[in-house]
Amino acid sequence: MAKLSLALLAVLVACALGLVTSQHKARKLFSELEREQERARNLDIEYGQLQLEASTWGLHSRVEKIATNSLAMRASDPRRVRLVQPAGAPK
Amino acid sequence: MSVAASPAFVRLPVWRARFVLFALVAAFGVLAGRAVYLQAVNTDFLQMKGASRFSRVLEVPATRGRILDRNGEAVAISTPVKSIWAIPEDVQASPAQVKSLATLLNVDPAELEKKFSDKTRDFVYLKRQIPPEQAERIAELGLPGIYSQREYRRYYPGGDGMAHVIGFTGVGDEGQEGIELAFQSSLAGKAGSRRVIKDRRGSIVEDLESIRAAQDGKDLTLSVDGKIQNIAFGALKSAVEFHKAKAGAIVVLDVRSGEVLALANMPSYNPNNRGKLTGAQLRNRVMTDIFEPGSTLKPFTVALAVDEGRVRPDTMIQTAPGKLTIANHTISDAHASGLLSVAQVIQKSSNVGAAKIALGLPKEDMWDLFKRVGFGAQPALGFPGEAQGKVRDWKTWRPIEQATMSYGHGISVSLIQLARAYSIFARDGELAPLTLVRSDMPVAGRRVISVETARALREMLEMAVQPGGTAPRARVMGYRVAGKTGTAHKLENGGYAAHKYISSFVGFAPVSDPRLVIAVMIDEPSNGQYYGGAVSAPVFSQVMQGALRSLGVPPDAPMQPVEVPGEGDEIKEGT
Repeated sequence: MAKLSLALLAVLVACALGLVTSQHKARKLFSELEREQERARNLDIEYGQLQLEASTWGLHSRVEKIATNSLAMRASDPRRVRLVQPAGAPK
Repeated sequence: MSVAASPAFVRLPVWRARFVLFALVAAFGVLAGRAVYLQAVNTDFLQMKGASRFSRVLEVPATRGRILDRNGEAVAISTPVKSIWAIPEDVQASPAQVKSLATLLNVDPAELEKKFSDKTRDFVYLKRQIPPEQAERIAELGLPGIYSQREYRRYYPGGDGMAHVIGFTGVGDEGQEGIELAFQSSLAGKAGSRRVIKDRRGSIVEDLESIRAAQDGKDLTLSVDGKIQNIAFGALKSAVEFHKAKAGAIVVLDVRSGEVLALANMPSYNPNNRGKLTGAQLRNRVMTDIFEPGSTLKPFTVALAVDEGRVRPDTMIQTAPGKLTIANHTISDAHASGLLSVAQVIQKSSNVGAAKIALGLPKEDMWDLFKRVGFGAQPALGFPGEAQGKVRDWKTWRPIEQATMSYGHGISVSLIQLARAYSIFARDGELAPLTLVRSDMPVAGRRVISVETARALREMLEMAVQPGGTAPRARVMGYRVAGKTGTAHKLENGGYAAHKYISSFVGFAPVSDPRLVIAVMIDEPSNGQYYGGAVSAPVFSQVMQGALRSLGVPPDAPMQPVEVPGEGDEIKEGT
């Protein structure tokens, strides 16, 4: 009887310690998750800002201005455009 | 050996042992009672108190959805910014520090000092909505009493060109104009909240429950094409400036899908910097302003007459002497012509001819046609403040009114209604439903006139842009275009203003298989020219050329340079 009690006590202690460690691990993992989520949010924000930047740099009016002014480009004369049918396209 | 038997021991009275036992039991009873009280009776209160010491409810912010153009180019994005605020009483900063803070904030140091010296207030904004990097550098100064707070700000990279389509949001991130308002419910996210356990250092150690998951706003892809929008806004802007006009508007529709590819207004505004806004700048004239369209309405009267078999395109109509008097009112043509065919009435924009055709039609049928092409009803784009225009009940029409309505007077429409109505010619008789959201799908329309009538009208409208018509300047090299000019006197104080006009042009191309309808309206051109053919048609031509090229529409006409006609080469219309 006493032996059984002792054995059970040992199991109980082991379980209790196990609970404490797993709780600790869970919290650690959770804070890691939190950090990663925060990082994801920040990356998302950065993505939005980069998109904004891309849109601003790629603004059609800006592209057009640079093309005409600094690159001296112009739209080709429609008379000098030849349309080709892709091979196999229905006529 | 028993204790009792020994004379050395005094036998204690039994009650003492009983007393000790009773005391012990009573103490246990008290403990048990207390435990029951704490665990069962008072538990809710204590749980709450405990929770408030370690668990926190956190707000989970949701971001507003982006707005994209049809090519996926972002035209409205929310991004976090910081607002810098201070508690004046807590601020301790040397003059040098204040100066460096002022430089970082880009404000006057004296103004900052003034804010800090006002100790009566315990909250003062130093600067709202600055970029996060700038806020970080301020935080690095480490000044006590200065804090930052995260906010969202919406940016519009498209600037003034897109302003009227997109609109803008107010301080609370609520849509206030345009698409931002129309699609507020789907763009706006719903902030969520969750309960967490925080440790001594304030970092979250455990997630207890998610009270409400945050829902980010949905992205919205518009039908608007940034490239065509840019061409349209640029052309409109230079025309309004060149003709010293009060205002202008343009709309480009995709004939097949009913999508609005471009929509621009002048004057415009920069949605990123809305310091001084006037009502005129904010007005989305395409959608909300109604005007008497003038001659651009003639094709509808003619279409009805052809559809009902009352006239054929080659039926001759006597328009000499260029005047027609109905019940004391005289209708006149800008240029008197003689005998004209129905097609020539359109080509030369004869008011007398149109009036004569109209008078041969039942009033009810005319009214019905106007209704069926969408006049007098909101175009149902879901845009805020869409005008419905005015078409009076046919029972109240007098003959003179029926005659003037044939050439667009006594009836009011918005530019988008007019552009949409022209889709019946471009779509072989079907009226297209419009949308501002990208669909990319051909849309089913509602039949208004027969295929044959629509094709006949297309031919007539093509004649109007040929030499001898009212708008040769609307031509586009390589494409067959068709369209109609309008030059209407403005309504002022219940009468027509003598020298104030609205010049318009509505047309489509390529005629062999129409893809685009473009409507242009210039309000009060005052640089000498005011005819639709001279003011609005060139804008149409320029935008049509650019848009067709950008869409890669194959040309359907031989490549001949469009000669710009000299003055007097084109026929001027009276309305």
